Amino acid sequence: MIATLIDYGAGNVTSVARALRRLGAEVRTTNQPEELTTATCLILPGVGHCAALLSSLDAHGLRHPLLTAISRGTPFLGICLGLQALYQSSAEAPTLSGLGLLHGRVDQLPQNVKLPHMGWNQLRLLRDCRLLAEISSDAYFYFAHSYAAPTDGPATAATCEHGREFTAILETERIFGVQFHPEKSGTAGAKLLDNFLRLAA
Amino acid sequence: MSLAHRIIPCLDTDGSRVVKGVHFEGLRDAGDPVELAARYNDEGADELVVLDIAAARDNRPTFLETIRRVAEQLSIPLSAGGGIRSLEDARSVVRAGADKVTLNTAAVERPELISELSHEFGAQAVVLAIDAKRENEFWHVRVRGGRIATDWNALDWAQRGVEMGAGEILLTSVDRDGTQSGFDIALTATISRGVCVPVIASGGAKLPKHFFEVFTEGAADAALAASIFHDQVQSIRALKSFLQSHGVEVRLPC
Repeated sequence: MIATLIDYGAGNVTSVARALRRLGAEVRTTNQPEELTTATCLILPGVGHCAALLSSLDAHGLRHPLLTAISRGTPFLGICLGLQALYQSSAEAPTLSGLGLLHGRVDQLPQNVKLPHMGWNQLRLLRDCRLLAEISSDAYFYFAHSYAAPTDGPATAATCEHGREFTAILETERIFGVQFHPEKSGTAGAKLLDNFLRLAA
Repeated sequence: MSLAHRIIPCLDTDGSRVVKGVHFEGLRDAGDPVELAARYNDEGADELVVLDIAAARDNRPTFLETIRRVAEQLSIPLSAGGGIRSLEDARSVVRAGADKVTLNTAAVERPELISELSHEFGAQAVVLAIDAKRENEFWHVRVRGGRIATDWNALDWAQRGVEMGAGEILLTSVDRDGTQSGFDIALTATISRGVCVPVIASGGAKLPKHFFEVFTEGAADAALAASIFHDQVQSIRALKSFLQSHGVEVRLPC
């Protein structure tokens, strides 16, 4: 299995690559448009500021090839900001357009709780979730974010709560996203990445 | 379902080896950082902190190599710091594999450094380490490993740091550090209730009840300790079981 990691300059590309290699995957990291078009499976890791991700995708000319690859059915996993980027817009970067594959806007979590939402939290399953196959329903995953996606779309498969409920896992036929960091979530996170690789194979 | 309280082992290093000593006196070798990191990762630590307490300029490549080798072992988050004085220093630490950068003395000397890092890596990657010492009814900030007093009141500095973009506070009680007499509950509660970001309590941990107190009365979001874990005085697994049986939300390792 060759996993193509989109390297837009985020800090967690190395840890995601390392986690995938531990699972036996061959990993290519790239910011070249043509490599997205030919990829068999795409992962967009993200951490930091949403504007940095979106503007970097555009600066490298990656937006169009990424959307084309996804529309052709290339399995895709967005991690943290990589999930948020799938929506139409984000309040963190109001002047930029998201990838727009999912309806709705990413908004800041409420101020009545400590932000960032940082640490290990559990999920609430809304339906059967292929990414969570063989993972205990009370498993914890590591989160580090202040903005989060709405829960009302049909793609939302699991939610988490911090101040309000938000999308923790989204799943369509070929598009997947996780708000937490599977590469930092111990054995449960490794199993989730393994599940994605199997689904993408 | 709620956010678990984190248990964080800390590796104080001289760049390449884990060392221990009270107030930087009588440092002695306490092990290999890579071996300890692997052990803590498997035992259910929620995160790991690696510090270069020597923070000597000519020692940087050694410390960066230590971060790389430690990061290789981990499937949990890693914070690294000690001697970070510029954006470029922080970049090299992140490139080596750290998820978060901890700032201390350099942030007091030039608070804009916090904003620079926060802008580049996001607030979730910037940990402001504060060493606080009690003076009459207030706590004051100390720098350079707790040796040098500053004019900053600890709460004021914590709030200022958060305004500048810090996403977390690593709060060490200079009075309690190395004493194993328990965390400074009043200090931790004051800072944790006074800022809107997570606070990691540090300094004085020994017994499971110390952790229970700092998570309840002290309102800490996470708690850090070093030698009790290195010397196997306290296992992370047993500590978490104790906390869970006393109603504190923790992530039990599977």
